Amino acid sequence: MSEVVTAHDEAHHNSTGIDTRKLLMWIFLGSDCLFFGSFIATYLVYRNRSLVGPYPSEILDIPLTTISTFVLLMSSLAMVLALNYTQRDKPVAGRYWTLATACLGAIFLGFQVYEFNHFVNLGLTPKTNMFGTTFFVLTGFHGAHVTFGVLWLLTFAFSCLTTSLKERAIIVLSIIGFLMIFFATLMSDWLHVIPHVPFNTVMAVGGAGALILLISVILLRKTSTPKGIAESQTMNLELSGLYWHFVDIVWIVIFTIIYLVSAKDVAPIIGM
Amino acid sequence: MTTLKYPTFIPRPKEEYSGFIGTIWSWVTTVDHKKIGTLYGVTAFIWFLVGGIEALLIRLQLATPEAKVLSPEVYNQVFTMHGTTMIFLVVMPLSAAFFNWIVPLQLGARDVAFPRLNAFSYWTFLFGGILLNLSWIFGEAPNAGWFAYAPNSSFPYNPGYGVTFWILGLQALGVASLAAGFNFLATIINLRAPGMSFFKLPVFIWMTAVVNVLIVLAFPIITVALLQLMFDRQFGTNFFNALQGGDPVMWQHLFWLFGHPEVYILILPAMGIVSEVLPTFSKKPLFGYSFIVFSGIAIGFLGWFVWSHHMFTVGLGPAANSAFAISTMLIAVPTGVKIFNWIATLWGGSIRINSSLLFSVGFIAMFVIGGLSGVTHASPPSDAQQQDTYYVVAHFHYVLFGGSILGLFSGIYYWWPKMTGRILNEKLGVAHFLVTLVGFNVTFFPMHWIGMDGMPRRIFTYPEGMGWDLGNLISTLGAFAIALGTLIFIFNVFFSNRGPKNAGNDPWDARTLEWTIPSPPPHYNFAKIPEVKYRDDFWFQKYPELAHGEVSGASVSEENNDEGHHIEMPDMSYYPFFLSLSIALILGSLLDLSWNGSWIIAGVGIFMFVWSLLGWSFEPVNEETSNQKDH
Repeated sequence: MSEVVTAHDEAHHNSTGIDTRKLLMWIFLGSDCLFFGSFIATYLVYRNRSLVGPYPSEILDIPLTTISTFVLLMSSLAMVLALNYTQRDKPVAGRYWTLATACLGAIFLGFQVYEFNHFVNLGLTPKTNMFGTTFFVLTGFHGAHVTFGVLWLLTFAFSCLTTSLKERAIIVLSIIGFLMIFFATLMSDWLHVIPHVPFNTVMAVGGAGALILLISVILLRKTSTPKGIAESQTMNLELSGLYWHFVDIVWIVIFTIIYLVSAKDVAPIIGM
Repeated sequence: MTTLKYPTFIPRPKEEYSGFIGTIWSWVTTVDHKKIGTLYGVTAFIWFLVGGIEALLIRLQLATPEAKVLSPEVYNQVFTMHGTTMIFLVVMPLSAAFFNWIVPLQLGARDVAFPRLNAFSYWTFLFGGILLNLSWIFGEAPNAGWFAYAPNSSFPYNPGYGVTFWILGLQALGVASLAAGFNFLATIINLRAPGMSFFKLPVFIWMTAVVNVLIVLAFPIITVALLQLMFDRQFGTNFFNALQGGDPVMWQHLFWLFGHPEVYILILPAMGIVSEVLPTFSKKPLFGYSFIVFSGIAIGFLGWFVWSHHMFTVGLGPAANSAFAISTMLIAVPTGVKIFNWIATLWGGSIRINSSLLFSVGFIAMFVIGGLSGVTHASPPSDAQQQDTYYVVAHFHYVLFGGSILGLFSGIYYWWPKMTGRILNEKLGVAHFLVTLVGFNVTFFPMHWIGMDGMPRRIFTYPEGMGWDLGNLISTLGAFAIALGTLIFIFNVFFSNRGPKNAGNDPWDARTLEWTIPSPPPHYNFAKIPEVKYRDDFWFQKYPELAHGEVSGASVSEENNDEGHHIEMPDMSYYPFFLSLSIALILGSLLDLSWNGSWIIAGVGIFMFVWSLLGWSFEPVNEETSNQKDH
């Protein structure tokens, strides 16, 4: 009786040597391929089937979206660096790059908000025509994926790379600072997404945000996190990294198909 | 090593509960695959009774010409909900009950790979089913058929709540199936007992793996189709709006691209069960193990290339129709291979006839009939005659009831002793089988004839003198015989529950690992994780003289009867329950966007979603998540 079995290794005996959580993530990503695949297939089926304008050639701004695509691709680079530093047990650099990844993702989302708003101002809504329907729903669900990834990375940076309450407060502060700049940009005359905000208010919000961000970034250059913590969180970050890179790859496909392939689509070609 | 102190949101569930509320709470917070399997089974069986009552209402309405049991509107709702219920709320979760109960036991594992995700799957399934059936309370159940063809399901033609309920309920059920699919695949790939290579897996595990690959790849497609339909209905997009250039046929493609793999999601678990039952009761190894496994994989693969046979009369053109006719005929080959393998398993065996074996043999016979009528509409010209007639209804009930349900009942009789420790009464079991089999054939065989005579599906009544009267009346009588058979089964469950728990570890002299441990199994399943040398390892432990080469003399069953081991099992958690509830709330809030209360429900749902997701992530539980540091 009562021989104590430390069944830990037995209970979580692993047949393939692949981390089970990583396996789950890969299976999920395989499934998500079919999700985006169905939306992309729908887009291709309905390409050139809008009965009224605006058509893609009249409305797509390829240079602008090239910039936002570049931002998203750079976020993948930041993701790789974040993982690399975390693996080497460097919590400060790991944290900077994790926050940078989320920040670049958020900038990409800002471009998307601007683009959606701009298209609606030009008369293209999800109800207008087949292009509007397929464009907004496909890129919208991609944006939802990016949003989830940003929140995931922020949660990780907040909770997994530090044990100190003070540092967590500074991370929150940095996020607030970033959001203030973000909204100030959307309120500006230049983008005009949030209209009719006085110039002084925009400058005040943006300036205060920049100051908060700067101070918190400087404060985050030191950490009281003990050795080993960052390294122990590698798998948590790697999972979000897999997700992040996947969402980036999906965007490359979407960018190619919507912005490059169908950029010159003009008049409806019905009954071909 | 220093560990992180995670923020805690609310207190942890306790280890022990007492009293009535405590018992409920212990089921709500459970992550034990056996308890979750039981929840799945009981819930699915209750839906089976609901779907059965809907079927009886349909049969009562059609028993005589010009009957007035149901109004045309209610008839549409009843047949839609009958199909939806039986597919998504009965056959799939009943299969999931077996996945939950049996997969870890046959793998030699203590639980599934992600116990909390498993609980999440169950609760999401439950709330999805409730959301779907809430439509009855609003008096507007879905009425567009289980396939909800656009534009019949689009807002201008179907403005009620019914189809919206259908979309949202199915969306929740899809989330549940996907989560379970990820979980079972990860479990099967990574939690096999030492030595259990892929070609030593029991066939039931193989079929579970194929089913879950299909779920993981097919459900995102229906998710997208449902999202598109929902955007059309709720936000005015044009996916299926022909006035703006949208194409209703697109819905059919997306739906059947999901819908045909779904057919194999429904039948393959039963095939897995039959492949376990037949060898046990014939005392022979399964004939052609590799052939059966590869046939299952072939069915899963070919199942992706046949969807347009549901659309032969749409007018896709001769090229598409020919291609899909060929692929459809091709998929009959691996299915036929399996039938012959099962018959060859029985051939020359020392057969022990009992209710479980009878249901399996019934499965083979009925599935052959359903398969043959299926091949007849693989040919487009022939299908043009049969499309939308009762001949098709006869066909798919032969494969889904005669196939899936008989196979699942076989599994219930087979594994009941393992799950409860009691063997179900044999005489009542045989009576259940005979009444069900006869009732089933009386119900559905006449439908071949009235279908060939031209009676269309989905009509709420028919005039006298079409030559359909007698067939319909016989069908209705048969349906009540099936109901009687089900009542016998329910009686059997309660009757057998009074008997002693004397099944023992291995009542059937079976072959796989679940029979090495006590019935019902202890919380931790295996005191010592078994090591596997052979396919049907337990059989060769019992009969080493039958194995080629040496066999380890150690008997697993003795070691596993030890008690008092301190084995760390995953902790209970209530986050799965609340995460599921939050998803149901968020989906429910999409029902009527013009109602202000929706925003409150959505707000509560989103708050609960974020809270449970964070709580789930940081909960210090003893499962894979928290074990990373140990390696």
